[in-house]
Amino acid sequence: MKLAPVAPPPIPTAADKLPDIAGKLKLQKGFNIEVYASGVANARSMRQGDKGTIFVGSRLQDKVHAIVEKGGKREVKVIASGLHRPNGLAIKDGTLYIAELSKISKIEKIEDNLDNPPKPTMVYDNLPKDEPHGWKFIAIGPDNKLYIPVGAPCNICEPPDTHAQIRRINLDGSGMEVVARGVRNTVGFDWHPVSKELYFTDNGRDWVAEDVPEDELNRVTKVGQHFGFPFCHQGDFLDPEFGWGKSCDSTEKPVMKTGPHSASLGMRFYTGGNFPAKYKNAIFFARHGSWNRTKKVGGDIVAVFLNKDGTVKSTETFITGFLGPDNNYIGRPVDVLFAKDGSMLISDDFNGAVWRVTHGNPKSAAVK
Amino acid sequence: MRTFFTALVLAGVLATGARAATYDEKLATCFACHGEKGISETSEVPSLAGMPADFTLIQLFLFRQGTRKVEIMNDIAKDLTDDDLRKLGEYFSKLPPPQASGDAPDPAIAERAKAAIAKHHCASCHNPNFSGREQMPRLAAQREDYLLKALRDYKSAQRPGYDATMDEVIRPITEADIVDLSHYLARLR
Repeated sequence: MKLAPVAPPPIPTAADKLPDIAGKLKLQKGFNIEVYASGVANARSMRQGDKGTIFVGSRLQDKVHAIVEKGGKREVKVIASGLHRPNGLAIKDGTLYIAELSKISKIEKIEDNLDNPPKPTMVYDNLPKDEPHGWKFIAIGPDNKLYIPVGAPCNICEPPDTHAQIRRINLDGSGMEVVARGVRNTVGFDWHPVSKELYFTDNGRDWVAEDVPEDELNRVTKVGQHFGFPFCHQGDFLDPEFGWGKSCDSTEKPVMKTGPHSASLGMRFYTGGNFPAKYKNAIFFARHGSWNRTKKVGGDIVAVFLNKDGTVKSTETFITGFLGPDNNYIGRPVDVLFAKDGSMLISDDFNGAVWRVTHGNPKSAAVK
Repeated sequence: MRTFFTALVLAGVLATGARAATYDEKLATCFACHGEKGISETSEVPSLAGMPADFTLIQLFLFRQGTRKVEIMNDIAKDLTDDDLRKLGEYFSKLPPPQASGDAPDPAIAERAKAAIAKHHCASCHNPNFSGREQMPRLAAQREDYLLKALRDYKSAQRPGYDATMDEVIRPITEADIVDLSHYLARLR
C-alpha cells in the first residue's frame, strides 16, 4: 500500500501559475468561478468583516491574512504573524477572534487598523496542546458564544475527557460548557438560519478500509449529545478495536454520511443573495479530498437541501474537479464563505488562493 | 564538536556582513555540518543527499518560520528566499543518497523493527525501501543518532510536524520501538 497525506506546498502558487479552474472545474449550470485572490499562503478558514474585508486563517503558516478591496484593486496583507496554526477565525462587532492550536485571542476594531494592526490579546487558553487535530475552526453562535472544537489527539484512541468535543465559551473567555462529545475532528460548523440548530462536519478515522468509515454531517439537537467517537463511526459502524461491548444506539447518528476519508471541512448555510432561490437555507460544505484511499474522493463542494424537520432531503454536487481524473489534486477546497455581495468564496490551501463563485453573468474579467 | 561547528557556520554566515549572501554562499553554509556531498559526519545532523526536494524545501520553510526550532538552522534559514528554498531542495535531491556500510542490522532488532513498520504503516508514506517521496524524508541509511533524535523530538512534541501526520503516528510508538527503528533504518541497504 502506498498512501500518504498530500502536503500543501508552503509557498503559494504564483498568480500566473494557478490552475485553469474555470476550464477544469464543473459547476452547476449558470454558475461561474474565478480567481478572487492568490498569494494567500495555505488559505484555510475565512470570515468577512462588516466593512467587507475577507480574513483568512492558516494551518501551516504562522500568519492571518486580510484581503482588502481598494478602488477596484484587491490587496492581500498580513495582519498577524508568529502564531501557531492560526486556522480558525470568528468575527463579531468589529472584533476578530483567532484560534491557534491551544489559544484563542482577539483583535478589536480590526478593520480600522488593517495597516498597523495591534497584537492579538488573549481570550482563552485552557486548551490542550496536542498537535494531531489541534488546529481549530471556530464560530460565534446565535447565542453570542464562541464555539471551539477540541479534536481527538490521535487517529483512533480513547480520548481524555478534555478532547473529542465541541465547547462554547462567553466572548470574554468565561463560562466554558461542553456542547457535543464523541466528535473526532470537526473543521466546519454553522447554525440553521431558522431552527438555530448547530450542524457540523466531522472527519472519520483512517486505516480501517477504503470505504469505511464515512465522514459525517451532524446536527446537535441537545447540549451534551455524544456523536460516537471512538467506538462508533458514521452512526452505524463499530470500531474494530474500541467498539467491543458498545452499541451505536447510544450515540447520535449523522444526518448524512459524506464519503469515506473525504475530509469534509468548512460548511455554511446559504441565507440569500446571488444564488437561485432553491438554495435558500441549504448547507454547502467543502470536501478537501482524501489521502487514505487508493482512488481518492472529494475535492468538491456539496450542497445539502434539508426538510422542515432538519433532516436531509437531497444533495447536489455543486462543484467538482479539484480532484482530477488522474487521481491528483489541482486544488483543495477548505472553507466556503458567503460574502456580502452574495457570491461564494472558497479557500484553497493547496494553491494558497481564494476562488469566487457567482451566479449569472460573470462580473469580472479575471475569469480565464 | 557541535559548538565548534556552530561557531564555524555562524562565522561563515556573519562574514557576509551587511551584504546579502549569494545562493552559492548559502549553499556552502550547508556543507559545514551536512557534509560536502550531503552525507553528514556530524553527530545528530542528518544527511540530506537524496532527500525528496519537497521535504528539504518544507523543512527549510519551517526553520525560516520558526515552527521547527533548532537555533542554528533558524539563524541560517531566516535570510533564505522562496527561490533559495526551491533550489536547495532540488540540489540535495540530486546528490547520490547515503549507503549503509558496516554491519548488517542485528537480526532480532530487524524483526522487531519490521513488525513496528508494518503496524504503524511507515512504508506507506516513506516507501517500502525508505527512499522517501514528496514531503516525506528518506530514512534508509540515515545517521542512527539523527533518527533517534528526530523520532524522540516528535514523541516529546519538541518538533511539531508540518502537518500533524508524524505527531499522530508517533503517539503509540514506544521508546523501545524508536531504538529498534533507528538501528534498523540506519543499516538498511
